[in-house]
Amino acid sequence: MADTAVKNQDVTPQVTGEAKPANALDARLAALSLPEGGFTAAARADALARLRDMGLPAPRDEYWRYTDPKPFNAPEAAPLALGDDLGDSPLFGDLDRLKLVFVDGVFDAEASDDVALEGVEIDVLSVADRQAAHWAGDLYGALEASGQKPVKRPFAALNTVVARDGVLIRVTATPAKPVHVIHRRGSADADTYWHHVVRIEEGAELTLLETGMSGARSNGALEVDLQKGAKFNYITSKRAVHETVGLSHIFARVDAEAQLKSFTLSVNGRVMRHEGVIDIVGDDAFAHIAAAVLGDGDIGPFHHDDTVFITHAAERCESRQVFKKVLKNGAEGVFQGKILVKPGAQKTDGYQISQALLLDERSQFLAKPELEIYADDVKCSHGSTTGALDEEALFYLRSRGIPHERAIIFLVLSFLADALAEVEDDELRDQINDRLEAWLTDRAGK
Amino acid sequence: MLKIDNLHVKLEDEDKQILKGLSLEVPAGQVHAIMGPNGSGKSTLSYVLSGRDGYEVTDGGASLNGDDLLEMEPEERAAAGLFLAFQYPVEIPGVGNMTFLRTAVNAQRKARGEEELSSGEFLKKVRAKAAELKIDADMLKRPVNVGFSGGEKKRNEILQMAMLEPRMCIMDETDSGLDVDAMRLVSDGVNALRSPDRSFLVITHYQRLLNHIQPDVVHIMSNGRIVKTGGPELALQVEEEGYGDLLTGAQ
Repeated sequence: MADTAVKNQDVTPQVTGEAKPANALDARLAALSLPEGGFTAAARADALARLRDMGLPAPRDEYWRYTDPKPFNAPEAAPLALGDDLGDSPLFGDLDRLKLVFVDGVFDAEASDDVALEGVEIDVLSVADRQAAHWAGDLYGALEASGQKPVKRPFAALNTVVARDGVLIRVTATPAKPVHVIHRRGSADADTYWHHVVRIEEGAELTLLETGMSGARSNGALEVDLQKGAKFNYITSKRAVHETVGLSHIFARVDAEAQLKSFTLSVNGRVMRHEGVIDIVGDDAFAHIAAAVLGDGDIGPFHHDDTVFITHAAERCESRQVFKKVLKNGAEGVFQGKILVKPGAQKTDGYQISQALLLDERSQFLAKPELEIYADDVKCSHGSTTGALDEEALFYLRSRGIPHERAIIFLVLSFLADALAEVEDDELRDQINDRLEAWLTDRAGK
Repeated sequence: MLKIDNLHVKLEDEDKQILKGLSLEVPAGQVHAIMGPNGSGKSTLSYVLSGRDGYEVTDGGASLNGDDLLEMEPEERAAAGLFLAFQYPVEIPGVGNMTFLRTAVNAQRKARGEEELSSGEFLKKVRAKAAELKIDADMLKRPVNVGFSGGEKKRNEILQMAMLEPRMCIMDETDSGLDVDAMRLVSDGVNALRSPDRSFLVITHYQRLLNHIQPDVVHIMSNGRIVKTGGPELALQVEEEGYGDLLTGAQ
């Protein structure tokens, strides 16, 4: 991996007119009922205008070259029967946390805990949006809008337009326990949207967990604003029914001395795409975004895309992108990651690594790492590797009597360890590790 | 215990013969040393016996207590009582040394139809063995061999040997990269494991290690075969005269 300091031309993708399916967008919108919104009304109207301007993505758009947007462009979600396995993930199940349950993207008050938690103010969007004013009004759709440059993200704008529910969390102090958003499926043909807004006030800290099964098709967004010295730990585990197609977005604004840590675990999904857009706007802040992905094409076609854009606009900030994908039986992984260092963002420390472990020759990984640097006193590095299991290590483990399948599990966990290390809390990390191990054990030899 | 008969081995991908009719027998309770110049096939022998990929046996065989070793998977050989102490122990980031050891111990016990060790039993045992080898608690907690010094890696190999209690131990240049103190620790660890029903095959370049681990028999290997077999005095002869005269005399 080489330290690189390069100046690139602006690479804003150009959407050509002929590829822009204008009618497709109309058809897409016609199939939806668009909420008017209360405090979000103006933001929704703006987002709709942005969306009409952008159109839906086409495969020739630079950031949609490796993931076919078709399932997300289609007016209707392909129905997906509700299986037997509708229970919540065991992950974080025994933690003391505040539970908020969403069924097909709609808040379920009865299944949720009472939202009283010292240090935080929690509302749900569907209720709050009956009012004309709310603290989240400054943020709803605002971070998404600023995240549209220089790369267009039409589905994020669509989310701002369509989402009726989500959680709005204002953190004023550090609560005693994490907030846990749990998604459940309610109907076979659900096309689900949710939009969370989080503001962490100066010096406050929040851990937000998000797990569960989304609908047949899902589109989630989180906008998070970290004020000076704020800390935000965001840990998500996407437990999709395999045939699910889903998009998720995180838009973060990180002010001075604030710390963002995001970790995503994904184990299933026909087509899944996670977009992370992080703007570091204050000095001495850091943002770490990491993911562990396990794809087994034998369960069904598997395609997983992580698209990340981190902008440094302040001095002495650190960013890390750690993305690890384990792919087998024809699974496909995509990573598109960028570090943009703006003029004046001196002493930036940017690091990006994307790696795939291919367990067979049919699986593939496509990576597009990018650096764009306009400051001269920075340290940025990026690396991307695609490899097979380390035969030497495999033999070492087997020579100690560890059976072949078990040895592979060890090496897969070993491969993922750097990404998991981004989960700060020991207990949470151990739980995720156990979950991974259970999944790998279940899929061993298949 | 270990019986190797007219073993011929070539590299799988290349037309290169490495072992050319090697025969050797290590009875229970004995320590045999194999010495020989670079390229004589010593490490290949250890890898073929423990089941590493990349080699093809073209003739001959090897058995452990009458069971055909070459038919078994590496983990089956381990469960049958074979252990290879690696010349270059492998680092495995993200997998704790304790987890690794416990998995290995219990996998072998399970394969042999024995009851697995409970956490308590395992901890008690590993702490006692680690203390003997001056392996501190921190080393046990760290990922397997990651950030270990050369000496620590070799001590960790001996710890694994002590925990797994194999019947046949092959040590592949365990002395390489060890300072005097580390060599003494490793040797003490090995000597503590010597017993009437456990055998050792110690592969080394130098006689030095054999001052600490006294062999019963010394074999000289050259060009894929055992060319001379004798008592401990053979190792001293190598140390004094080098391999040159010995090999000339043997051919």
